[in-house]
Amino acid sequence: MIEVKDLHKAFGAGAKRVAAVDGASFTARDGEITGLLGPNGAGKTTTLRCLYTLMQPDAGQVLVDGIDAAVDPLGVRRVLGVLPDARGLYKRLTARENIDYFARLHGIETKTMHARREMLADALEMRDILDRRTEGFSQGQRVKTAIARALVHDPHNVILDEPTNGLDVMATRAMREFLKQLKREGRCVLFSSHIMQEVAALCDRIVVIAKGRVVADESPDALRAQTGEANLEDAFVKLIGTDEGLAA
Amino acid sequence: MKSALTVFLKEVRENLRDRRTVINTLVTGPLMAPLIFVLLINTLVTHELDKAEKPLSLPVAGAQYAPNLIAALKQNNVEIKDALVDPEKAVREQDADAVLRIPADFAKSWDKGEPAQVEIVYDQSQRDSDSAVSRLRGILEHYGQRTGALRLLARGLSPTILKPLAVADRDQSTPQSRSGMMFAMLPYFFILGGFIGGMALAIDTTAGERERQSLEPLLANPVPRWQILAGKLGATTAFAITTVLLSILAFAVVGQFLPTEKIGMSLTIGVRFVVFTILIMLPLAALLAALQTTVAAFAKSYREAQTYLSLLMFVPIIPTMLMSLMPFKAQVWMYATPLVGQQVIITRLMRGDPVPDSALALCFVCTALAALIICVIAARIYRSERLAISA
Repeated sequence: MIEVKDLHKAFGAGAKRVAAVDGASFTARDGEITGLLGPNGAGKTTTLRCLYTLMQPDAGQVLVDGIDAAVDPLGVRRVLGVLPDARGLYKRLTARENIDYFARLHGIETKTMHARREMLADALEMRDILDRRTEGFSQGQRVKTAIARALVHDPHNVILDEPTNGLDVMATRAMREFLKQLKREGRCVLFSSHIMQEVAALCDRIVVIAKGRVVADESPDALRAQTGEANLEDAFVKLIGTDEGLAA
Repeated sequence: MKSALTVFLKEVRENLRDRRTVINTLVTGPLMAPLIFVLLINTLVTHELDKAEKPLSLPVAGAQYAPNLIAALKQNNVEIKDALVDPEKAVREQDADAVLRIPADFAKSWDKGEPAQVEIVYDQSQRDSDSAVSRLRGILEHYGQRTGALRLLARGLSPTILKPLAVADRDQSTPQSRSGMMFAMLPYFFILGGFIGGMALAIDTTAGERERQSLEPLLANPVPRWQILAGKLGATTAFAITTVLLSILAFAVVGQFLPTEKIGMSLTIGVRFVVFTILIMLPLAALLAALQTTVAAFAKSYREAQTYLSLLMFVPIIPTMLMSLMPFKAQVWMYATPLVGQQVIITRLMRGDPVPDSALALCFVCTALAALIICVIAARIYRSERLAISA
């Protein structure tokens, strides 16, 4: 479970100070897929970065499985699987070596590492590329490798920043199935997106974020009911008060 | 520390697969020093030998006024050339190293027994002319003394009357110490080797990783940042040290074949030289690696890091320049200063001068301490939030 309480994060100082996250609070529960929805520049990536302790919030609290990120950042990272916005691979290493590197950094036993890697390779259908160097991988192959390496330590909580970015239709469908599988396994899945259909199709809960603030935290149905719009996209536009930055 | 080892092994493996890095570490870096040296020394030796053995080509103005002097010059392997229109200009423009001018009244003064003047026209700022001028002056002075002695004998006096004082040179320089000046550049080439060896990794593991967008996922792992840094620093240091080791060994091999004895110099490149040089270069390689990593961590991109590091490469040349230009006496603070200490010790080792154990220890410890301080600074930089963000 991921709990975010009154999170604040600003960049710059003085007149140039920009509040990227301005008092965001929400909860992502186990066995659910929570979508962090917002236009570009709404503060999604910054919020997620505070979650996986890459950034320190100016104020507020982050709890992952009850562990306070400010107190025990290593403990938080141990129970998190993260697919960040930046998902660069080591191009001179094979996909397998890329995955194993992160497994070792998590301190996983060699035997467990093999088992987990093979399992993920099957689940992500990437067995054929496992022993190829990642240089020249397609976008889809790269994302698969990045996800495998993010989940190799069998984390209970999974954070994905725009996981379907740059994927084609088939790869996007496969990704959605994979997220659903993670949910069935009882994990807490939190992902960010600016794509309405994706969020509507997948999420048990939608957290709409705009200008660093949470403007809605509901189930898709409740969201429609709350705004009085039958269509989720219209509901979304109504919530953030503008259709600027809304790309489908 | 297990994570640091994981990072170290991964960086080493990944960079060993990069052909450019491997060539720089194992070939270009280590071979550069010996190659430049062979080139330099060979040119120098050939040049010096040429000058000493070749007939001295000398334009003479007014040769007809002193046939005996000209004959004496010819006997001493001087090739007399026709007079030039403007000797001063010819010398300035390096058309001639030196020009001898004999005035028209030379014979008159000579016959009367008065000092007969000849002029050597040369340009002292042209270093090339040094040996020509001193050879010519030697021949002329010798000719003058001989004639003077003959004149004294003709008057029934002993020529020794003009030599109340006999000065004898007792040069204490050894062939090794004479080569010292010439080899003052050597430590810089070793340092440069280490620099080139560590450069690719310093950039690849910091600015490169950020540019490839792999730093953020890496930092999402439950590993303290200082351990990640330690692994990266370790890998960079390992490559730098490998280059330095190979560089010293390559020099030790090539140095045996340098024709330095021909110009009365010799090098002491034995086991002692190799072992002690490696000993004091090890902490310096670590220091340079840490410095490179720190500087590269500031850079936003691979290119920017390359620019910074290229500039940084010129820093170690400063003590080298100062020391090869100015004569100095080894002092304690020199041994304690990184770069300077290595410079002094390597030069002394090569000259065959004794280097006290305490100086070696001081140099090693102080450089290692400096390396440690830079590592701590690098670790502090690595803790900063901005470092991780790719875009």
